[in-house]
Amino acid sequence: MKLKSLALAASACTLVSALPAMAQTEIQWWHSMTAVNNEWVNDLAKQFNESQKQYKIVPTYKGSYTDSFTAAIAAFRAGQAPHILQVFEVGTATMMVSKGASVPVTQVMKDAGYKFDPAAYIPAVAGYYTAPNGQMLSFPFNSSTTVFYVNKDAFKAAGIDTATLPATWSDVAAAAAKLKAAGHKCPLTVAWQGWTQLESFSTWHNVELATRKNGLAGWDARLVANSPLHVRHIENLGNMAKQGLFVYKGRDNIPEATFVSGECAMITTSSGFYGNVKKNAKFDWAVTTLPYYADVPGAPQNTVIGGASLWVMSGKQPADYKGVAAFFDFLSNPEVQSASHKRTGYLPITVAAYELTAKSGFYKDNPGADTAVNQMIRKVTDKSRGIRLGNYVQIRRIADEEFEGVWAGKKSAKQALDAYVSRGNELLERFEKSIK
Amino acid sequence: MAAEKRVVFRSRWLPWALLAPQGAVIAVFFFWPAGQALVQSFQQSDAFGTSVEWVGLDNFRNLFDDPAYLASFWTTALFSVLVAGIGLVLSLLLALFADRVIKGSGIYRTLLIWPYAVAPAVAGVLWMFMFAPSVGILSYLLEQAGIEWNFLLNGAQAMTLIVTAAVWKQLSYNFLFFLAGLQAIPKSLVEAAAIDGAHPWRRFWSIQFPLLSPITFFLLVINVVYAFFDTFAIVDASTQGGPGKDTAILVYKVYYDGFKALDLGGSAAQSVVLMAIVVALTVIQFRFVEKRVTY
Repeated sequence: MKLKSLALAASACTLVSALPAMAQTEIQWWHSMTAVNNEWVNDLAKQFNESQKQYKIVPTYKGSYTDSFTAAIAAFRAGQAPHILQVFEVGTATMMVSKGASVPVTQVMKDAGYKFDPAAYIPAVAGYYTAPNGQMLSFPFNSSTTVFYVNKDAFKAAGIDTATLPATWSDVAAAAAKLKAAGHKCPLTVAWQGWTQLESFSTWHNVELATRKNGLAGWDARLVANSPLHVRHIENLGNMAKQGLFVYKGRDNIPEATFVSGECAMITTSSGFYGNVKKNAKFDWAVTTLPYYADVPGAPQNTVIGGASLWVMSGKQPADYKGVAAFFDFLSNPEVQSASHKRTGYLPITVAAYELTAKSGFYKDNPGADTAVNQMIRKVTDKSRGIRLGNYVQIRRIADEEFEGVWAGKKSAKQALDAYVSRGNELLERFEKSIK
Repeated sequence: MAAEKRVVFRSRWLPWALLAPQGAVIAVFFFWPAGQALVQSFQQSDAFGTSVEWVGLDNFRNLFDDPAYLASFWTTALFSVLVAGIGLVLSLLLALFADRVIKGSGIYRTLLIWPYAVAPAVAGVLWMFMFAPSVGILSYLLEQAGIEWNFLLNGAQAMTLIVTAAVWKQLSYNFLFFLAGLQAIPKSLVEAAAIDGAHPWRRFWSIQFPLLSPITFFLLVINVVYAFFDTFAIVDASTQGGPGKDTAILVYKVYYDGFKALDLGGSAAQSVVLMAIVVALTVIQFRFVEKRVTY
């Protein structure tokens, strides 16, 4: 008898102690954030996990954007996909057409009973991740845009006034010529050339990169980036390359190192480069808006986003989705977003978070930190809302290949852009065919 | 002659049982993936495999309609000839020297075998750093010598870079086989020739080289397969196929389209084409080159 009650008590004890652990739902989150941004992601999860007891977010670093994307695809095919997957912006089209692989964020939030207002988001950010029917498909997480960095010490050494920084491409060319005359070996370089010199260039000047609202309106969009303005710009850069004013330093973000080291005096690249420069540059520098052509009507409009968003994968339990919704609700909090923005240099994502950051005096203490926001927080047009095209990883690569022909002086700007359009359109046609 | 050497098994099942482990390995790691690639080359699917469609020869048609793809055949041919050619000549030369070294031969050989332990991607990065236009030690030296070096925009220089990295990576392997081959040649033959007054070149060309021919042939096949299949990591880590498409060899495009761009059908079609080429090349090598080999 005694023994029996003891056993009962013991089992009751285990039951009680097991209860909270059993009730807690684990949410898997795969991401691609490294170094300081990895710490940021882990802190967000920790903060959320400590704020409530029901759900536990488990962030896992799964390699670069492409690596984690491939890993998630393999996992999905094996029925082992994570709940939340961070996908880079060029993977958006692939996610959208893979019907059944993900659940729209609007749906997840609605099912869990949360208020979710896409209008709260910065239009150029939300536009990228919203389906033609107005449903927001993924949750904007880390968004950046294209900006312009200047080495002020190099400018001073070349006798250039740094009170007003170059705003137009003719200002840039003039500054580059002075730098060159003063013996500077690399006045200007560009990183992410497809993103900065074609995509953002197009929206910044309010011209189409592709038809059908740059692909946002449908998959039958086709590239039109061989317009006279595009040709003029690439020709201009090609000529600058010939004169040694613009020096090509490689694809993607490889050229960034040449700015931090002081080798190149000006660079167009991601606003996410801010933290790196702040930490590592051993000279006086400034960040300013992307250069434009002053004679183009409507310029400057707004730039396009890069970065990544969070997708909710399909095939999970309803309780899991409630947890995902709770986490997204936490992330939507203006205070959380403002803190993330200050910490990482990524865009604040919502208007409320931007205003909160401005009120805190952050932009006064960190001049230039609001450049990216100012470029984005504008009323967008159909030509500038965003760019969403299929097979886009390959199309960006085509831009790299064709531009290199121009920088090497082997192709004219017109030839390169015509080839970019026709090669890219072939990929777009194939993409359109594959989703029917 | 061959018939006399053949081992005769009494049991019927024993030879099959002995072959089974190797057969299983080949089936799982070669025939199964190859079969999958063949099937996928006739399909088009989205990345997640939620919709799969049979498209017949569409993937192949897309490939051969693409002038850039056709151009990469030439790039690949040039690359493979350079890698196999330079790789074999250089390693044979090193093996000949190593064969003659008496003092410190252990250290010398170990150092030469070392690069084999390096992963292809690391080899690519290593050479890319040394040849990097603004910071590389080799590009600095080249600039001092008056050569303008920028593999980011100069296709020939980019090709030089990946060939160098690919040759360097495979050098140890070739060296090891050549050295073993040279040491297997009876000293008496070489010495007899020396007594007859044959100078070193003559001794090499008339005695050592013909006796090495089975090894040379084996290495030729291996090196061609290596250049065709094993070099994508070097390209990915250094030039990424650029500038333009000047170093976009076939296997790199297979890797890029499949793993980076997630175009599985297109990538599978390319690997089927690549497979056909390598099978054809190997058959040609065995039918024509092997005739000149003396075992």
